[in-house]
Amino acid sequence: MHEIFLDELKKLNTQFMEMGVFVNDNIDDATRAFVDHNKEKAKSMVDDEEKIPSESIDIQKQALKLMALQQPVATDFRVVISILKATTDLERIGENAMSIALETIRVKGNPRIPEVEEIISNMTHNVRHMLIQVLTAYVQDDEKMARDVASRDSIIDHDYVRARQLIVDGIEGDPSRAMASSSYFVVTRLLERIGDHIVNLASWVIYKTTGELEELSNPTENLTI
Amino acid sequence: MQDLKPSYIKTFAKDDLELSTKDLRVLYGGKVQKLFDASLQFKEHTITALIGASGSGKSTFLRSLNRMNDRVAKINGEIWFHGLDVNQPNINVYELRKNIGMVFQRPNPFPKSIRENIVYALKADGQNDKNELDRIVEESLRAAALWDEVKDKLDKSALALSGGQQQRLCIARALAVKPEVLLLDEPASALDPVSTSKLEDTLKQLRSRYTMIMVTHNMQQASRISDYTAFFHLGHVIEYNSTAEIFTNPKGKITEDYIQGSFG
Repeated sequence: MHEIFLDELKKLNTQFMEMGVFVNDNIDDATRAFVDHNKEKAKSMVDDEEKIPSESIDIQKQALKLMALQQPVATDFRVVISILKATTDLERIGENAMSIALETIRVKGNPRIPEVEEIISNMTHNVRHMLIQVLTAYVQDDEKMARDVASRDSIIDHDYVRARQLIVDGIEGDPSRAMASSSYFVVTRLLERIGDHIVNLASWVIYKTTGELEELSNPTENLTI
Repeated sequence: MQDLKPSYIKTFAKDDLELSTKDLRVLYGGKVQKLFDASLQFKEHTITALIGASGSGKSTFLRSLNRMNDRVAKINGEIWFHGLDVNQPNINVYELRKNIGMVFQRPNPFPKSIRENIVYALKADGQNDKNELDRIVEESLRAAALWDEVKDKLDKSALALSGGQQQRLCIARALAVKPEVLLLDEPASALDPVSTSKLEDTLKQLRSRYTMIMVTHNMQQASRISDYTAFFHLGHVIEYNSTAEIFTNPKGKITEDYIQGSFG
């Protein structure tokens, strides 16, 4: 009985990890397309926009089936619930990446603000690293790593605030950049939201590992955003 | 050798206690020890599930609480019931069992009418006021959620009832003598899902007035209706905590293995 469950759970875990890696690649593709003004790349992403939601539904169906038929308890229960909840956050991250791709298609006006684009690259690098780490923490049941990832959301928030100031300064310096800059606002905001979802993922890793449910809120967040 | 040290044993404030044991040990035939130093506290007006594999000592423990094991085993230790250690030779066990009633695995109504099943003990105890007995019959059957189903056939044989109804009749019979504690030994194991669900609803309703301790092999049942759960293993109490905690985040490895079904 338990063997069957563990076998099913293993499949579910694999599916969840695959979705995580795919979402992570999407963040990279979307922001790269945005910075490079590569509308073709963005369009090909948007053409594939159903992939993440359908994957998410599939995982949730499997998890619900396990809940109903195997009625897991204790660690087994926490693993299934974590996957169920974390999948929703992964899906949201995927949606945000897709929104960056859509913004790439929408963006008009060429005069750019290189400093902001540098921050966008930086934020992208950081959220991707955080996402990979939180997935690693998930696999390894590493509470400490999950907490470490969550604490690094403040760097993302800090970059976001800095970018916003640079965008405003950029527009004031040269109003012709206003159009492109509106997209900068959107994209940096989306990256900041991705950071928040990664914090949620970290809290599910902690729940799965310790059974404790806690809000890993960033104490500085309310002050700056 | 497995580590049989308790991983967590919940305790309560003294004022909340209905029943508690201290270092309860049970020996069969003078040498086979079935229960080792069980110290458990039961909170008033709660349902506690006792879980564990066959032979883990949970039924032995349950039966010791109202001295049902007296003739088959030697029971050492203390059983405290409202400031009185009832595991003493001078205790009148028949009086004790009025306060601590028991419902067994298989429904065991007397081969008499439904009414007689309820009033049998009361009559034997010298009560014969018909109006009062009728009142108790209705009250007990209502408490056991059986009244509506049997009110028109109180003088029919109890054996004509379904298994689920018979089991609720046994609960009504136990309630008739106004106990404070109900011990239930796998009360739903011989019932179908519908009867089980009715029985569980009944127990949940009774919780506001009685303290219940129930042995069950059904993990879902334990998690559905109990407030606290004690896990027994090889005669030792390994873990005792709120049911929510036991089923989502057990402290002991053996507890976790047992409830997940990956024992051994």
